[in-house]
Amino acid sequence: MSADVYLTRKIEFSASHLYHNPNLSAEENRRIFGKCNNPHGHGHNYTLEVTIAGEPDPVTGMVLDLKRLKEILQREVMERMDHKHLNFEVPELEGKIPTCENIARVIWQLLEPKITLGKLHRVRLYESPDLFADCYRNGGNRAGN
Amino acid sequence: MSSALKIELGRRYHFSSSHRLHSAQLSEEENQRVFGKCNNPYGHGHNYVVEVSLSGEVDPATGMIANIADLDTFVEQQFLEEFDHKSLNEDVPAFREKVPTTENLCIEIYRRMKAFPNARVERVRIQETGNNSFEYSRENSEGN
Repeated sequence: MSADVYLTRKIEFSASHLYHNPNLSAEENRRIFGKCNNPHGHGHNYTLEVTIAGEPDPVTGMVLDLKRLKEILQREVMERMDHKHLNFEVPELEGKIPTCENIARVIWQLLEPKITLGKLHRVRLYESPDLFADCYRNGGNRAGN
Repeated sequence: MSSALKIELGRRYHFSSSHRLHSAQLSEEENQRVFGKCNNPYGHGHNYVVEVSLSGEVDPATGMIANIADLDTFVEQQFLEEFDHKSLNEDVPAFREKVPTTENLCIEIYRRMKAFPNARVERVRIQETGNNSFEYSRENSEGN
């Protein structure tokens, strides 16, 4: 039986993006992506929730120090994405459409190797309060909701 | 650690409906006892928030599990139009014989969402109020 505890830290960042696939015609781009295809882009206030699973250390009572997690999120996510244009300024998203799905996956890939205490359980990225994507390792989605 | 990454798309929808919790299989007294103020014959209403989670491949051409516009249209046709600003008891045939609790509403919406052609529905979560929420998932449905 696992005694894992799930802790979640939330951060917010603001970024611009647009959806455009250069392999599709202008018409197809408009049809598929609608107003998200505006060539001048648009922006969102993104909310990121990062959930870490692990057993609390018997001495500190912590899975990992939230200060440490805050620093990782600052370095890996805020500095890369806050007040940036996701299409042009984030190398990890180059060649990808910066949808919630793709950004959540990139954030997972950036964070996972940095989480050395506990393990990354879920990344949830809200583009708006009504639209979000979850990323996790297959089979690990049930807890921490 | 080497298992594949899984991505889910979550979308929230809002509708407002009235309902009355009342079972034809129970006496008036039992209905009162079981359902309390929710048994008020004139009904009452909620602002429901439905959260639908979908899984599937992220299409490399679009970066999407499912096109949001397609999903919104499907949801509109499947239940939003039918439920919004209606009485679940009186206006929705699915609840003629079934008590329109939010548990049953979860199962009904999950069942309807299963027909969405472009992705797999993982779970339906409904907030009846800010303090009550209910969830029904593929795991429950398929007994995994």
